[in-house]
Amino acid sequence: MRAFEYVPAKTVAEATSLLAEKGDQAKPLAGGTDLIVMVRENRRQLERMVDIKDLPETNVLSYSPDTGLDLGAAVPCHKIYADDAISAAYPGLIDAAKIIGGTAIQGRASVGGNLCNASPAADTIPPLIVLGAICVIAGPNGSTREVPVEQFCTAPGQSVLETGELLVSLKIPAPPTNSSSFYLRFIPRNEMDIAVVGAGASVVLNDTKTAIVSARIGLAAVAPTPLLAEEAGASLAGKEISDEAIDAAAEAAQAIASPISDMRGTAEQRTHLVGVLTRRALNGAIQRVKEA
Amino acid sequence: MPGKVHVQTTINGEAAEYLCEPRQSLLEVLRDVLYLTGAKEGCNNGNCGACSVILDGRLVNSCLVLGAELEGKSLETIEGLADPDQLHPIQDAFLENAALQCGICTPGFIMAAKALLDQNPNPTEHEIRYWLAGNLCRCTGYDKIVRAVQDAAQTTS
Amino acid sequence: MAEKKDYKVVGTRPIRHDGLDKVTGRALYGADFQTVGLLHGKVLRSPHAHARIKSIDTSRAEAYPGVRAVVTAKDFPAVEDKIADLGEGAANVKDLQDNVLAGEKVLYKGHQVAAVAAIDPHTAEEALELIDVEYEVLPPVIKVLDAMKEDAPLLHEDMRTDEMGEQSEKPSNVASHFQHKQGDPEKGYAEADVVVEQEYTTETVHQGYIEPHNATALYNPDGQLTIWCSTQGAFAVREQVSEILDIPVSKVKVVPMEIGGGFGGKINVYIKPIAAMLSQKTGKPVKVLMSRADVFEGTGPTPGSYVRVKMGATNDGRITGAEAYLAFEAGAYAGSPVGAAAFCVFSPYKIENAQVDGYDVVVNKPKTAAYRAPGATNAAFAAETVIDEICEKIGMDPLEFRILNSAKEGDIRVDGPPVPHVGFVETVEAAKDHPHYSAPLEGENVGRGVASGYWPNFGMKSSVVINVTADGTISLVEGSTDIGGTRASVAMQAAEVLGIPAEAVTPSVADTDSVGYTAVTGGSRTAFATGYAAYEAAQDVKGQMVERAAKLWEVDAEEVQFADGVFSTVNGKEHEIDFKGLAARLDETGGPVVGRGTADPNQPGPSIGLHVVDVEVDPETGKIDILRYTATQDAGKAIHPSYVEGQIQGGAVQGIGWALNEEYIYNEKGEMTNASFLDYRIPTCLDLPMIDAVIVEVPNPGHPFGVRGVGETPIIAPPAAIANAVYRAIGIRMKELPMSPGRVLQAMGKI
Repeated sequence: MRAFEYVPAKTVAEATSLLAEKGDQAKPLAGGTDLIVMVRENRRQLERMVDIKDLPETNVLSYSPDTGLDLGAAVPCHKIYADDAISAAYPGLIDAAKIIGGTAIQGRASVGGNLCNASPAADTIPPLIVLGAICVIAGPNGSTREVPVEQFCTAPGQSVLETGELLVSLKIPAPPTNSSSFYLRFIPRNEMDIAVVGAGASVVLNDTKTAIVSARIGLAAVAPTPLLAEEAGASLAGKEISDEAIDAAAEAAQAIASPISDMRGTAEQRTHLVGVLTRRALNGAIQRVKEA
Repeated sequence: MPGKVHVQTTINGEAAEYLCEPRQSLLEVLRDVLYLTGAKEGCNNGNCGACSVILDGRLVNSCLVLGAELEGKSLETIEGLADPDQLHPIQDAFLENAALQCGICTPGFIMAAKALLDQNPNPTEHEIRYWLAGNLCRCTGYDKIVRAVQDAAQTTS
Repeated sequence: MAEKKDYKVVGTRPIRHDGLDKVTGRALYGADFQTVGLLHGKVLRSPHAHARIKSIDTSRAEAYPGVRAVVTAKDFPAVEDKIADLGEGAANVKDLQDNVLAGEKVLYKGHQVAAVAAIDPHTAEEALELIDVEYEVLPPVIKVLDAMKEDAPLLHEDMRTDEMGEQSEKPSNVASHFQHKQGDPEKGYAEADVVVEQEYTTETVHQGYIEPHNATALYNPDGQLTIWCSTQGAFAVREQVSEILDIPVSKVKVVPMEIGGGFGGKINVYIKPIAAMLSQKTGKPVKVLMSRADVFEGTGPTPGSYVRVKMGATNDGRITGAEAYLAFEAGAYAGSPVGAAAFCVFSPYKIENAQVDGYDVVVNKPKTAAYRAPGATNAAFAAETVIDEICEKIGMDPLEFRILNSAKEGDIRVDGPPVPHVGFVETVEAAKDHPHYSAPLEGENVGRGVASGYWPNFGMKSSVVINVTADGTISLVEGSTDIGGTRASVAMQAAEVLGIPAEAVTPSVADTDSVGYTAVTGGSRTAFATGYAAYEAAQDVKGQMVERAAKLWEVDAEEVQFADGVFSTVNGKEHEIDFKGLAARLDETGGPVVGRGTADPNQPGPSIGLHVVDVEVDPETGKIDILRYTATQDAGKAIHPSYVEGQIQGGAVQGIGWALNEEYIYNEKGEMTNASFLDYRIPTCLDLPMIDAVIVEVPNPGHPFGVRGVGETPIIAPPAAIANAVYRAIGIRMKELPMSPGRVLQAMGKI
């Protein structure tokens, strides 16, 4: 690990300018659970870490049933799942926040950081995708822009963030009536692993909870970036809830998966698991609507 | 090379200050600067929990925190758990249940268990196992550790 | 020899003596050692699995600010090609040296090549990048069967196969082939109604102790070397360092710090000689710590293996003949535990017609080290699942089958020695009687499996000194490093002899200058052999105390007896004094009492266990969940039952990890791709149920209290027991370890 400097930023503007000064040699530090390890293991070399944990904008955590959730990029997982209203509104996101690393990791790791790390296997990204999250990005000159979360990651470890840009927060729309979400991953142990495959689903059911009005499916660890399985989700719109419909959606999800083989699983295993997990995620989300 | 950072913080209820390089983790600062060697390095990447400490009331891996981040914060380590004349009930429970063998993971488990019981005084076996999944023990098979935490919960609640 | 049964201390559960230090974070482990003027060392490791070192240029690193010294293999003294006895196994000194710092070739990714001492660890790490090593990369060979092929890349161009005593003509990666045989297996199969033959493979797994290796060395100008470290054997470190660096043993003092797990993996030295060399060059104390990746890539795992077992039995359940073919990966240098596998594979059973062939094969992986019953788990995975298949074919309960075929005292093991008395049938009966075995299994895709594990245990040498203190306590000095509570189990044996409470003993683990020679904490020998030495030392104290009482009362020593902690005269109750009272009067009766005990007991008494497991298999993902687990084991006599249970539970869980997910995963270049606790998946507590440990006590006649070592046996049975349970859950016989979800899916034909 090379030496670097540590600078706590006091404002978003200061953070973006501190980042801009050093270009790709600077990174924002939130929970640090990925960044510190990456730098320590020489997988990434930096001259500067900009601590963005103490900014009001990155710490916002506010939910209203009308406007949805504003989630600061530095809010650690444990604060999210400790909030009952948020847990009830976005159970799929909570599923993910509760399984990132162990308890100690969740004491530091943030959803924003998980997103910026841009791992293909990131657990929170599929639920963010199925919940329609929007990334709020601050630029170096006081500018801001918004990017749909499914467009945020561009390659393993890479995102749309330009030099000097900072992910400030995520906006998640209020959940519609008769909707719910679900995320699960497959790992060989019961905790502390990286997803071999992850699948998230959100569904909106009709008033009688017998048919699917709309659905979204998100996948992790089956492509260079987490995916929105658009056609798979769309195939369910207007369908009665049935094993056949769900199987068809799972097959459509498998069709867009292009996994690799690595030490966590083979391509064949991953493609197989996309089908299994998509079915389980959809059934899980539907079950939650029914139980609500 | 960037210079050292001066940090003023609170450790185990007492004011503390130190100088550290920005790249030094909290674990390195505890062990090599402050000689608080109760937190152990087992993996240095957040996968074993041997370095568990409680930072501002929340369980964290000290290997995944920079020493420089501690300014103005409050840290609890294993060294601060017992009173001078009495062990913490979790420490007693670990002894009475023979919940340690080599003992290298023990400080981390005890800190993790404390963080759990502080917020959930009556955890189920599953809740204990879920909470402690980030702490690896290679000696005990976890049976006696889980029982010790159950016992401590009985004592403290 | 086992004495009376109504023990006062033995069999109780006192708080361990070192417990308080360990729950308060005060206990000092190797990495916790601090001293003035300390330098920090880091080790450069090979990025290649197999390569010739063409050149090493350390000049840039030496010139880097903050660097104080750099060492490579060139700094080693020349050593003879000889075999050194290292406590738990012997090794060629040149191989030891070459493994510590590679000479002509690197033989695995992670092989140590050079090391730097600098003012802090970060500077040392930065300097490693400035060491220029030119490699000629060679093709690696990773798997045992590939390495045995005629045209396989050779690790050691001069290595010949020791073919049952004869040297092969051609060089080979097969270091040796041995054979044990009794009777005629073919004759046995002819008598059989059922013959089963299966092939099994297991991957390399690591001991996985949580504490990485560490060493701090200080080399003084007078040639005296001191090493502070975590180790399973301070004397084994002393001997290895002495051999590798060609320093007389009397000039090496090893101070054992607390040790954070070993399981056999902290006997071999890796960085200790390097710390010593760096200290010699700098004149300063040098601390070297491994990272977790260093531990996985550079320290002894246990072998991957190929095992073929054939067994025949009659319809009424009698084994008529059996064969085992055991091919084990030794790692980069000869010396796998295939020999131990050979004497464990069929040992629980009486088999008149048996043959075992063992092959020790080098591959481009770290040199293997001992791991809890080394070799036996690989072998039992094969033998115990073949037995399960036979039981299924003949329709016999697998526990009844084991009782029927159990070896009795005096039966001859295939490798020659007679079977000593051991509670095999008793452990099987205990499992049969346990509510687990008769509990109904509910749900789909669930199954129950059983398997046995046998380990012969080891004796070896130990020394103990006891000092009597005036307040009636004793201090007990031992040479066995305490990995899992042996201060308590050794102290309790002395306390039992002297009629004092366990708490009246202050045990301490001494350095190599301060206690007599003591072999490693390994081979399940500490409670047995060091306990034996403590018993002897306490007997010595007792004898001396009897003389003191005699002196005090002015009677002959023969007239003094000692029972239930009280010295008294034989005739009536004229005189009486307890241990504490007499201890207070030592000054007036001749001064200090120091007892000494040494032991080299030759009847360690094997230990055997029978495990029962319930699993559930997710047929869509291939994931195996452990629902319930019960392990019975013959402990001879459990000195401290809590820590015996702990050994059984911990060993079982290591076996569960081996069965389910643990493995070294290699890419085509021979690089391990999962050298972290993230991707080398040892079980977490969320992966497990409670582990019910059932202690069976069939006393070992070779120990005063009947102790059998218990540490190693419990790792042996789990993979086979789980494989047998998986078969009952989903009808698939798993023949590869680990039974990871991907492998199960493949075996089910789902991918």
